[in-house]
Amino acid sequence: MKVMDKNLGLEEVQKLEGHTDRVWNVAWNPAADGVIASCSADKTVRIWEQSSLTRSWTCKLGHRLGSFDGNTCVWENFATDSESVSVLRGHESEVKSVSWNASGSLLATCGRDKSVWIWEIQPEEDDEFDTIAVLTGHSEDVKMVLWHPTMDVLFSCSYDNTIKIWCSEDEDGDYNCVQTLSELNNGHSSTVWSISFNAAGDKMVTCSDDLAVKIWKTDISRMQSGEGYVPWTHVCTLSGFHDRTIYSVHWSRDGVIASGAGDDTIQLFVDSDSDSVDGPSYKLLVKKEKAHEMDVNSVQWAPDKESRLLASASDDKMVKIWKLASEP
Amino acid sequence: MLELRTRDLVSRALLIKIQRTKTEEREKKMTLGLINANPVVQAKKEGLLRVVSEESVTVDDKLDRILITFTPTIQHCSMANIIGLCLRAKLKECLQLHYKVDIRVSPGSHADEVSVNKQLNDKERVVAALENPNLRQLVDECIYSDEI
Repeated sequence: MKVMDKNLGLEEVQKLEGHTDRVWNVAWNPAADGVIASCSADKTVRIWEQSSLTRSWTCKLGHRLGSFDGNTCVWENFATDSESVSVLRGHESEVKSVSWNASGSLLATCGRDKSVWIWEIQPEEDDEFDTIAVLTGHSEDVKMVLWHPTMDVLFSCSYDNTIKIWCSEDEDGDYNCVQTLSELNNGHSSTVWSISFNAAGDKMVTCSDDLAVKIWKTDISRMQSGEGYVPWTHVCTLSGFHDRTIYSVHWSRDGVIASGAGDDTIQLFVDSDSDSVDGPSYKLLVKKEKAHEMDVNSVQWAPDKESRLLASASDDKMVKIWKLASEP
Repeated sequence: MLELRTRDLVSRALLIKIQRTKTEEREKKMTLGLINANPVVQAKKEGLLRVVSEESVTVDDKLDRILITFTPTIQHCSMANIIGLCLRAKLKECLQLHYKVDIRVSPGSHADEVSVNKQLNDKERVVAALENPNLRQLVDECIYSDEI
């Protein structure tokens, strides 16, 4: 099924009920098929598993957490009874986002205290985490951090309307801000809420309170060849699709960008495949109105290439699973 | 008709403390899409804050949107954020409606208008603020005050 097939729609597969307050975020387990974690303002994390028999999801585990307490907890063994293995203290206020690098050796966190922290796992020290960097530079809350899928380059986006890119260029291993994407270089004009990379890692999508989705690119081969940092540049801006803050974007492995916003819709965009003088352009593939009863806070594609499943989380306390499929 | 009912509900929710005669007067002033609800946000008698603000409530029933604008009494009023938080807290408690609510200071009424508006409409910031025990207490004192 080509992505460009007409009559593609987002079909609701299942509604996962259980949370008693808004669901902020949802994530697929990259290693275990059909396992989703969701976190909520009800101060719990729920793990949902898909039964191989019935193909439907049920909640397997729920954990109580302190919220907005400034601590990051690392858990092991989600499938069975999990135990909090480490608690990472350092942020002065709530931690908004965490991201593992590709090799799993580095963890990045960010928060309302405007800082980005990088922690390194010490396997010889019983998996303790050492702070290797505290990065200041954003002038306001940092909403999300994300490691590049193949390189140890860290991206952060903020209430200060910018996206900052951090990497370690010198032998000291010190991380520095190597680029800031702001309004001056075709960046967003309000809070940037989310970042996502395409499978190849040469393109990035961001979304904002300014109601736009922006696509960026870099010359990944130059960067991987050790030429040093290669800047990211703006490719195109998708606006006029959402009319409330766009909270989340996620790029699937087969090239479909999903966005979730405060207008209760989930929208899908793809490369329009047409060669224009101005470069690549993107178009709307699907617009799912009233995907949820309230704001959509998070959208995440399942990590595999075939299933085309999308999970979404909302202020309406629901997690929903969708399938991108041809409509009858 | 539905629009009037919604506006009515919202304004009632915002009537934290109201004086009868003023309400009736306001109701007569309903113009196209606007209500002057004139709720009075008050805290304890003396020493703390005493803020009177006038709101206007605009309801768009087709899109399920509500816009509330309020006018802080002074241009540099540091209470603007607190007032906005009070409005959010009160609405959350009183209204079960799935309306999108935007709260802004009325244009030109505050020196940091853009910054105040941005804060009041960032739901993560609002939640964080209302989880702060000091701010929560202040907000509760405002909205639950029984005293005139």
